[in-house]
Amino acid sequence: MKTPMARARGLGSSGTGTHHWLQERISSVALIPLFIWAIWSAVFLAGADYFIFTGWLSEPINSVLMILLIILTAYHAALGLGVVIEDYVHHEGAKMIMLIAQKLFFFALAIAGLFSVCKIAFGA
Amino acid sequence: MAASGPTPKNAPERPLSPHLQVYRMSNLTSLTSILHRITGVGLCLGLLIAVWLVFAAATGEEAFAQAVTCLSSSAGQVVLIGLSWAGFYHLLTGIRHLFFDMGYLFKIQHAETSGVLIILGSIFFTAATWLYLWG
Repeated sequence: MKTPMARARGLGSSGTGTHHWLQERISSVALIPLFIWAIWSAVFLAGADYFIFTGWLSEPINSVLMILLIILTAYHAALGLGVVIEDYVHHEGAKMIMLIAQKLFFFALAIAGLFSVCKIAFGA
Repeated sequence: MAASGPTPKNAPERPLSPHLQVYRMSNLTSLTSILHRITGVGLCLGLLIAVWLVFAAATGEEAFAQAVTCLSSSAGQVVLIGLSWAGFYHLLTGIRHLFFDMGYLFKIQHAETSGVLIILGSIFFTAATWLYLWG
């Protein structure tokens, strides 16, 4: 998605235009039904013990939706928190370190969630 | 703020863009806007808790029981109630942002009315969820 002017002039000093904005919107739209599913599931699972919870999570539909929820939330959070850091942290060095650290943090969190759901789903 | 380094001594006096402190924060539009950010940052904790719970379940029965005990404590319940409100609020303002992106709701009247509806709606959905849980 580019304006005709941007296409004519190239991408400017940032090297990118609408990519970040668009990724944030697309993930947000996907997260609308996923969030409603998450709340509905949390209410359904309230008070569940270990066996009920793992049994529920190993149902393929729940495994897939949980993986989507975790990955898309981590992605959306990394995009959003990045903007917050860019807006409020004015020291260049601290800003760079925080931007990289939060990306790595959400990446690690998504991997931890992904692995955990897979382990439960495959019954290891 | 983006430019670093000293300003040249003979630099002309140029107008600065209005800084955050000079805005009147008493109005509804700026309040709903900043709350979208604050709830967004807060919801990172929600993701952390969700992954923690799933990770604990993958670790074993004992770890899962520990996580559940933590979340069932009164402090845990307060955090979960706060996070559920933050989630509903961020969802509703997020949907409003999508309308903004399409060019709707920009009139002050519409922005304020939708703001009131969002605040009331987020409280309603939070209350409905927890009353259903406890009922």
